[in-house]
Amino acid sequence: MIAIGFEGSANKIGIGILEHTASGEAVVLANVRRTYITPPGQGFLPKDTAVHHRQHVLALVKEALAVAKIKPSQIDCICFTKGPGMAAPLISVALVARTLSLIWKKPLVGVNHAIGHIEMGRMITGAQNPIVLYVSGGNTQVIAYSEKRYRIFGEAIDIAVGNCLDRFARIVGLPNDPAPGYNVEQCAKRGKTFVELPYGVKGMDVSFSGILTFIESVAEDKLKKGLVTVDDLCYSLQETLFAMLVEITERAMAHVGSSEVLIVGGVGSNVRLQEMMESMVKDRGGRLFATDERFCIDNGLMIAQAGALMYATGIVTELENTNCTQRYRTDDVYVAWRE
Amino acid sequence: MATVVPVKQGAEARLLDIDFGGRPAFAKQRFKKAYRHPVLDERLTARRVTQEARTMLRLRRAGIDAPALFLLDTANSIIYVERIEGDTVRDVLRGGVDDAQFEAIARAIGADLAKIHDMDLIHGDLTTSNMMLRHGTRKLVWIDFGLSYTSTLAEDKGVDLYVLERAIQSTHPNQAKAMVRHAGRAWRGTLLTPWNKFDGIIRQYTADSKNAQPVIRKFEEVRLRGRKRTAFG
Repeated sequence: MIAIGFEGSANKIGIGILEHTASGEAVVLANVRRTYITPPGQGFLPKDTAVHHRQHVLALVKEALAVAKIKPSQIDCICFTKGPGMAAPLISVALVARTLSLIWKKPLVGVNHAIGHIEMGRMITGAQNPIVLYVSGGNTQVIAYSEKRYRIFGEAIDIAVGNCLDRFARIVGLPNDPAPGYNVEQCAKRGKTFVELPYGVKGMDVSFSGILTFIESVAEDKLKKGLVTVDDLCYSLQETLFAMLVEITERAMAHVGSSEVLIVGGVGSNVRLQEMMESMVKDRGGRLFATDERFCIDNGLMIAQAGALMYATGIVTELENTNCTQRYRTDDVYVAWRE
Repeated sequence: MATVVPVKQGAEARLLDIDFGGRPAFAKQRFKKAYRHPVLDERLTARRVTQEARTMLRLRRAGIDAPALFLLDTANSIIYVERIEGDTVRDVLRGGVDDAQFEAIARAIGADLAKIHDMDLIHGDLTTSNMMLRHGTRKLVWIDFGLSYTSTLAEDKGVDLYVLERAIQSTHPNQAKAMVRHAGRAWRGTLLTPWNKFDGIIRQYTADSKNAQPVIRKFEEVRLRGRKRTAFG
């Protein structure tokens, strides 16, 4: 069975094609992507992001088919991100999926973006039943599977961790190319002085907005006086934010009794986060599963993978139900494909 | 203090079964976290050890049941506390309780929590694993105060309630169904969602707390932030 996946919920437009063989193996045939990059100090606005996606999507479809060396007729289902995400970009991509479904006469499968990340991570790493830390520009969730749902044990109660990193990068003028978080990570490697920041763990939930406000004032004050460097602040911010994430992940492991951890989402490609998590997981005698930027960061393949699993259990989204939704909880999805 | 038997290792502390001058006790030792920056680690551990001891004392003085504090060893990050003979509320709920039993537990939680918040104490880690029922009396005991702190803000109290609601929803997703079976009233199934069960706690809290209104308003605000916040990326 061959599935094609369309993802465009934020500033990346990605198309992936994969095949589930008769033996149950998943083979990656194509995974292509374009990223909408804004000037330093600016975020991406929904309207402009949608324009970007519309400009690239058709060329990407051709590219994906060429890389995969398949014809549209060989495809079994067309998967697209139903949500959560920014409305205009989501809609621009869903429109293409719908149109191709009519032209190619193939069924549609609407996929929850978070479920895409989780299923992609499980497929690539082979993790069986891990505690999932899903960290990106829009999401911070600690997830465990139980009784047919991916249940959210902990999450950010205000802004997402990636959003906190991105906004800090903009405050200190770091470029958005290739990604603001990536540039924070590089600066952090050169940081020496640890600046104490607020620490916002609330049970298994976390809060980041206070930290952002605090570091903003530190940047305003101490940075100008030359008491700290941008590198120091990046370093301190990462150490603090990631310690919080590792802590709530560990708490979820202890609570659920699991020894595996899977990190997914764009922030999951941060090597320092992976190191810290590895250290905690090792101390508990468990295993860490992580992926690199090809699979961590939003991509079409993850939508194809989750969609293919859904399609195999008989789930198809009828054309009239292919609307998008900005708000779509991870635990809203009934996970028919797992025991 | 004589024999030392390790019992269990939590996320950040090790519990040792000990005998403290003839009384059954736990030695709870918080250990270093290698993944954390040493400055941050030291600060967090020191704060949590003292905060835990402080909160236990305050609660007991206010007549809310918590383990008795025997000794505080800040140098080694160990507290020596009474070993509670009982079951966690988590295990009790998972074991299956009938409507009346559940209602009684929910009311006890709501009543105590109102008192705790009225003292401007925030638990910080409210889960059903951090509440116990004593063997024999079946009275509610609160444990694990490492994340507790003092605050007068309705926001902090609202978040405390939100954390508890989330913990109940994620830990006991099928509790409602199990209860329906137990009570043999399948037709009431739709009423017995985890949310409605949590309602019992909130009802009692609202009735008892002197400051319920702004806290509940904040709680509802926080809940909207979590559940309906736009999420992408």
